[in-house]
Amino acid sequence: MQAVRAGQHALLIAPTGGGKTLAGFLPSLTELAHTPTEHLHTLYISPLKALATDIARNLQAPIREMDLPIRVETRSGDTPANRRARQRDRPPHLLLTTPESLALLLYAPGAADYFAGLRMIVIDEVHALAGTKRGDQLALCLARLSMLAPAARRIGLSATIAHPDAMQRWLSPDGRGSETTLITGAAGSAPVIEMLVAPVRMPWAGHMGLMAAGAILERIKAARMSIVFVNTRAQAELMFEALWRHNDDTIPIALHHGSLAVEQRRRVEAAMANGALRAVVATSSLDLGIDWAAVDQVIQVAAPKGVSRLMQRLGRANHRLDEASHALLVPANRFEVLECVAAMASAAAGELDGEPPRPGALDVLAQHILGCACAGPFHPDALFAEISRAAPYADLARTDFDDVLRYVEDGGYALAAYERYRKLFRDAAGLVHVMNQKVVRQCRMNLGTIVEAPTLKLRLGHERGPMLGEVEEYFAAMLRPGDTFLFAGRRLNFVGLRETSLIAVDGGVGEPKIPAYMGGRMPLSTHLADRVRALLQRRADWDQLPAPVREWLEMQALRSELPGEANLLVESFPRGGRWYLVAYCFEGRQAHQALGMLLTRRMERFGDQPLGFVATDYVLGIWSARPPQDIARLFAPDLLGDDLEEWLAESAMLKRSFRAVAVIAGLIERLHPGGERNRRQITINTDLIYDVLRKHEPDHILLRATRADAAHGLVDLSRIAGMLNRIQGRITHRALPRVSPLAVPVLLEIGREPISGLSAEEALLNEAAALVAECFNDPQADPAPLALRAAM
Amino acid sequence: MIHKPTPHPWRCGPRCEIDQSMNAAPLHRAGHRFLFDPAGVVFWPAQKTLIVADLHLEKASAGAVRGQLVPPYDSRTTLDRLARLVRRYAPETIIALGDSFHDTAGRSRMAAEDEARLARLEAAHKVVWIAGNHDPQASSPSEWMIDTVTLRHQAARVTPGSIEFSGHFHPKASIITRAARITRPCFVVDHQRVVLPSFGAYTGGLDVTAAPIRSLFSRGGQVLLLGADRLHGFALADAARAARAA
Repeated sequence: MQAVRAGQHALLIAPTGGGKTLAGFLPSLTELAHTPTEHLHTLYISPLKALATDIARNLQAPIREMDLPIRVETRSGDTPANRRARQRDRPPHLLLTTPESLALLLYAPGAADYFAGLRMIVIDEVHALAGTKRGDQLALCLARLSMLAPAARRIGLSATIAHPDAMQRWLSPDGRGSETTLITGAAGSAPVIEMLVAPVRMPWAGHMGLMAAGAILERIKAARMSIVFVNTRAQAELMFEALWRHNDDTIPIALHHGSLAVEQRRRVEAAMANGALRAVVATSSLDLGIDWAAVDQVIQVAAPKGVSRLMQRLGRANHRLDEASHALLVPANRFEVLECVAAMASAAAGELDGEPPRPGALDVLAQHILGCACAGPFHPDALFAEISRAAPYADLARTDFDDVLRYVEDGGYALAAYERYRKLFRDAAGLVHVMNQKVVRQCRMNLGTIVEAPTLKLRLGHERGPMLGEVEEYFAAMLRPGDTFLFAGRRLNFVGLRETSLIAVDGGVGEPKIPAYMGGRMPLSTHLADRVRALLQRRADWDQLPAPVREWLEMQALRSELPGEANLLVESFPRGGRWYLVAYCFEGRQAHQALGMLLTRRMERFGDQPLGFVATDYVLGIWSARPPQDIARLFAPDLLGDDLEEWLAESAMLKRSFRAVAVIAGLIERLHPGGERNRRQITINTDLIYDVLRKHEPDHILLRATRADAAHGLVDLSRIAGMLNRIQGRITHRALPRVSPLAVPVLLEIGREPISGLSAEEALLNEAAALVAECFNDPQADPAPLALRAAM
Repeated sequence: MIHKPTPHPWRCGPRCEIDQSMNAAPLHRAGHRFLFDPAGVVFWPAQKTLIVADLHLEKASAGAVRGQLVPPYDSRTTLDRLARLVRRYAPETIIALGDSFHDTAGRSRMAAEDEARLARLEAAHKVVWIAGNHDPQASSPSEWMIDTVTLRHQAARVTPGSIEFSGHFHPKASIITRAARITRPCFVVDHQRVVLPSFGAYTGGLDVTAAPIRSLFSRGGQVLLLGADRLHGFALADAARAARAA
C-alpha cells in the first residue's frame, strides 16, 4: 500500500484469499478519518452486484466499531429510486457499484460536480472485466473520471493472470502503462490437484461425465463442503440429477446456475455460507464472487478448457493463503484425460493461459459517445483525446472515431436520409449537443454491454405460480405440451406458454430434454492445446495416465502415429463406403468449424466430393465420396480466401454477433425482460437489417464492429491462420486401411453435434419435405394439396 | 458441428437475391392455374397478374421517426427484388395486397430515387394498391375481384366456389428436421384460401401456429416454406411453434 499512499496508481495481483479487497480500502478509511469531506471520496467498482453488497457489509462493521463518520452505500440496478435520488443529492463517502451503474452516473448532466472530489477508485476482479465489452466501457468511464477528477488514484485488484503488463496498461491513466505500479502478492500454497478416474470403462466420447457420479459422491462425503464445477448449465442439471440418484444418505446437495431465479441462487449461497450444504453443483455462476470459507474441495467435472479458468475455480476452495486448496479433476472422455493431465502440469508449473488484449469494441464506443453527449456538449477533438487514454482505444484511428461519431449522430449512412431524425447536432463552435430529451431517455434505457438472448420466465403450475428461473425462448419453442424436461433439479412436465411465461408442473415422465444455451461451451485454450500436444509426444509422462488411455495411445503409435508438437498429423481411411480424413489440429471447436467449411469447399473443387464434417476441440473429421487426393495442397495457406468471407457473412454466429452490436450501439431498442412491448415501438429483426446493410453498405461501422467480434472470439481466425503458417511443409499424411484408435472419438461425435449454416438448412428442408411427401403419398390421406406436391 | 457442402453456395440471405434457377410451383384452384414463386409472390399467367403482399416500404424511416436509425435501404432492397420478379414474369397488372407502405406518410419520406422508380413501375404497369391497416387510403380499394378470385389485405369470409388471396399476417413456419429447427417465411394455403408471406425487406413474421392464422385454417392446410430456389411443402399440422425473432 506504500505505492498508493505515495499517490501512485497500482495494480495488485494476488491469488484469491489474500485479503486484498479490504486492503484496497485502507488508504481511503485513513484519509477520511483524518480529513472529513462532504464529497464522494472513494468509488469501488465490481463486476458483481453481490460482491459490492458483501464488501459494503464487511466495511460497515469496522467503521461502526471505530465510530468513524464515514458513509458507505451501494448502488446498482436494484437500488430503489428514492435512495438513488438521495445518493445524488448527498453522496456517500464510499460508493460501491457496478460498471453499468457508474456509466449511468457519468452520463448524467451533474456528473462533473458529483465526481469532482473523488480521490480513489478501487476496481475489483479486473481480470474478469479487462478484455470484455464491459471492460471496454469501464475503461472509457475511467478515462472520463480522470478528466473530472484528476487527483483520483486507481487501484486495481486482480487474480493471477497471464498478461500482467496488458492489465497494467488497462488500469493506467494514459492507457500505456505509465504512472502505475504493479504489485504482485505472495503466491499462495500450490493447489493439490488430482484426477479422478471412475472405476468404469473410460468413455470414448461425450462431455457430461455422468458415469463418475457415484465416485464423485464418495469424494463429496469425504470433504466438509465441495463445489462441483461443470461447463454448461445443461451439464449442471444432468450432474445434479445423477448425484441425487446415488445419494441414498440424502446428504444436502444443491444446484446453482445463471438461469435459476435470483432468490433461489441467493438461498443456495446463504446455505453455503452457513454450512448447511455439503455440495453445490455449479457453472461459471460461482466462478466469481463472495468468499465461502467453508469450501474445502473443488471438483471440476469434464475438461477445464483453460488453466486460468481452472485456477480461478480452484481458488473457490480455502480462501486462506497458508492452506493449499484441494481439487479433483474428473475427465469425461479419453481426450479429456489428456487435457486434465496437461492442465495439472500447467498448474504445477505456474503457467496460465489467457488471450492477449484485443482492441476496444466500436459498438461500446458508440454507446459511450452518446452517453457523453447526454452529460453535456463536447468537442470531438477533446473527446477523442480523452478516449485515447483508455487502453483498449489507445490505438484507435481518428477516422474510426469519426465514423463512430457520425453513426451516433445520424446513423452514418452514405444515403443521407436521416438528417431530420439526427440524435446529435453541432453548434457553430463545433461542440456536439444531444438533440432532445427523447434521445437522453433512449440512451439511459439502452445502457450496458450485456445482451442476453430472449428468455421466458419458468413458472410452476400457473401464470402467477412460483418462478423457478428463466429459459431461453428457443428452447421453450422446442417443447410440446406433455414433454419432460430438467430444470432447477426438477423433472418437469411442460404445460404451455402464457405471454412471457413458460408454465410447467412437477412430475414429468420419460426421457427428459435439457435446456440448451447459446454459447455455453468454451473452446480449448491455445496454451492447453500445446500442453496436450507435448504430452502426446513425451511417453515418459504417460505413467500419469490411466491404463486404458495409455493403451489407447500405444495402439495409436502402433497403427498410425501420434500427433507431433510441430507437425500436423492427417489420417485418411475408408469406412462404410466413404472416405474419412481426420486432422489433429488441437485448435478448438470454433476454429475447427471454420476450417471444416473451408476444407470441404476446397475438396469440392478438387473433385473429392466431400459429404460433411464434424469438429471437436481436438480434431476435425471430414468424410467424402472419393478418397482425398492432395493433402498438402488442401492445407495451403491461401485457404483463408474469399470462401471464408462469404461463409462468415452468412453464418448464424455473425448474425448473433450483429444483434448484440446493434443493441449495444443503440441501433435497435433493448427488450427489457418482463417489460410490456410498446405497441408503437417498431421492431425489426436484426437478421433482416444485417442482410440489407451488408448489401448496401458492407463497410458500415456496425458491420466492422461485428467482424471484429467474430475475428477475436467467435471464429478464432487468428488460430486458423497461425496453424496454417506453422504446418506448411510439416504435414504428415498417413493413409490407413482402417480407422485409427485416436480417430474413434471424433467419428462417434458424428450426428451428435447440431448442424447449422444456410446451405445445410436447404439440404435438411429438402430431406424433411421429401419424407413428408413420402408419408403423404397415399392419395386418400390428403387429397387437396396433391396437385401442388406432384408439381414440386 | 456438421456442415454439408452444397454445389451452389449461397451468395446472400434467403430473401435478398433471386437466382435465375428458381422454380415456381404451379397450383390449381377452381379452374385457375397460379404459379407460386419461392420469392414469396404469386403469378397468375392467364391474367398476366403478379400478386405481392405487405411491402411495408419505408419501414426504416418510420423507425427513424421514433429514434431508431436503422439502415435506410429497405425500400430500395424491396423494389430491387420486385423489379427482378417483374422482369421474369412481365406482368400487365401488379396487385399489392395492402400494407404497401409501413404508414400513410411513408411515400412522402421516400428518397427521390426510390420514389422515381416506383413512379416508373406505376407508369409501365397497372398497379392496384389495395388498402391495408398500415396504409389506409380513401382512394385505395379494400378488395379486388377477378372472376371468382377475391384479393384483399386480410382474410375474410370465403364463399363456396371462390378463391381468396390475402396478406396481412406475414406467415412464417418452423420445421423441425433431423438436425435443426428451421424457420422461414411461408405461404399458407388450403383449397380456397392463400395467405402470402410478407415481401418487404424489414418485415418480420407471425408464426403459423398462432391463433389468428390457425383459425383461418381450422380444417388443415399446407405451408410452403420459401427455400433458396424452390418451395418446401409441409402439412400445417407439422409446423412447430417458432421462437420469437430476437
